[in-house]
Amino acid sequence: MSTALHLISDAFLLAGSFLLLTGALGFLRFPDVFSRIHACGVTETLATSLILLALIMKSESAMPQVKLLMILLFLMFSSPTAGHALAKAAWNAGVRPRDNRNERGIPVPPDNL
Amino acid sequence: MEIFVDVVLLSMLVATAVALILVRGLMASIMLTSIYGLLSASFFVTMDAVDVAFTEAAVGAGVAPLLLLMTVALVGRREERTVSRHALVPLLLVTMTGALLIVGTLDMPPFGSADAPANQHVSPRYLQHTEAEIGIPNVVTAVLASYRAYDTLGEALVIFTAGVAVILILVPGDGRGTAQATLPDPISGDRQGIVHVVSKILIPFVLLFALYVQFHGDYGPGGGFQAGVIFASAFILYGLLCGLPAVVRVIPPTVVEVLAALGVLLYAVTGVLSLLGGKNFLDYSVLASDPVTGQHIGIIVIELGVGICVASVIIRIYYAFAAHLDRQRV
Repeated sequence: MSTALHLISDAFLLAGSFLLLTGALGFLRFPDVFSRIHACGVTETLATSLILLALIMKSESAMPQVKLLMILLFLMFSSPTAGHALAKAAWNAGVRPRDNRNERGIPVPPDNL
Repeated sequence: MEIFVDVVLLSMLVATAVALILVRGLMASIMLTSIYGLLSASFFVTMDAVDVAFTEAAVGAGVAPLLLLMTVALVGRREERTVSRHALVPLLLVTMTGALLIVGTLDMPPFGSADAPANQHVSPRYLQHTEAEIGIPNVVTAVLASYRAYDTLGEALVIFTAGVAVILILVPGDGRGTAQATLPDPISGDRQGIVHVVSKILIPFVLLFALYVQFHGDYGPGGGFQAGVIFASAFILYGLLCGLPAVVRVIPPTVVEVLAALGVLLYAVTGVLSLLGGKNFLDYSVLASDPVTGQHIGIIVIELGVGICVASVIIRIYYAFAAHLDRQRV
């Protein structure tokens, strides 16, 4: 286990945590459902990937590394899909985007997506 | 460092509990219940109780909120506002009960203390003798499935009874064994949607993971209860995507009901077999010529029984709820 690898994994951990923090901030501050899903969904996928990669670098033996890699693969599938399903459900339930001034008049693509 | 994690997790648990009391919408309550389950699971991990954490994550954060969501879909998502002028008496009662509970904890030994009764009575014996008597690395599984197999049989029976009760309440008398497989698929127009494609890729791996958890329970965290829940959740996911008729075609409700009974039966018959071999009920050492191998076989068989029972009961409960929903929609 070299020092360089340690440093890289530390940097990955920090970057991942920072991204999660920005996601949480976006969730609290953004005006409507869709931008909030965007804030959480996009940052979460990248942040958890970074954190898991850092953990893979940090772990010493092969078995935990393989397991973490599988979790990473699963997250790559599941978390964007969850975000997509959430947004689609909101859209189908009649929720429409809204801007900073609480107006819903933003031009949107036609309904038959 | 660990105390920091504990403090953060426990504060979040308290915050979730307060939010649960204050929030009015039923949908939000269910989401908070799920978050509460996930937080407790994380807390159990910091307490080194990974098997319990696994169960809590699968049941408390996964399947239970799902069944609650289906209930909300049945009854509507608004809670009736109860205007009670007698809030003082309940408040007093709750405060007193809480105070008594806190007073009760003052006498308890600190967490992990060596002179705690739990760490002096049978635990040392289990820890010292599991290697020689049962021969599996996961002591939790050894205690659950062999030393305390009688208690676990009771738990399996409780789950079976819960399944029977749900069938009795929710399934109408003439509909036993059928789950209304006549309705059209609710989202049949969206067969190529992203959610469909991804779920169809993932479902086989969910089932595979359930089998891994089932048969790896001797060596790592896991076992029949967790595996059963994960197995059932794969079927529920398929049902949510393709509708009840599709999943009923895979396993009909009658088969599920028979399997639930078979699971418990498998467990009990293992006990009877050890009785016939001249040992105590559920003492597996008679199942093979070598007592340790006998224990291995016994644990695998009864864990399989528990897994089959849990999975079928949860799938059956899902069928009952979903059939009710479909009937309401017509």
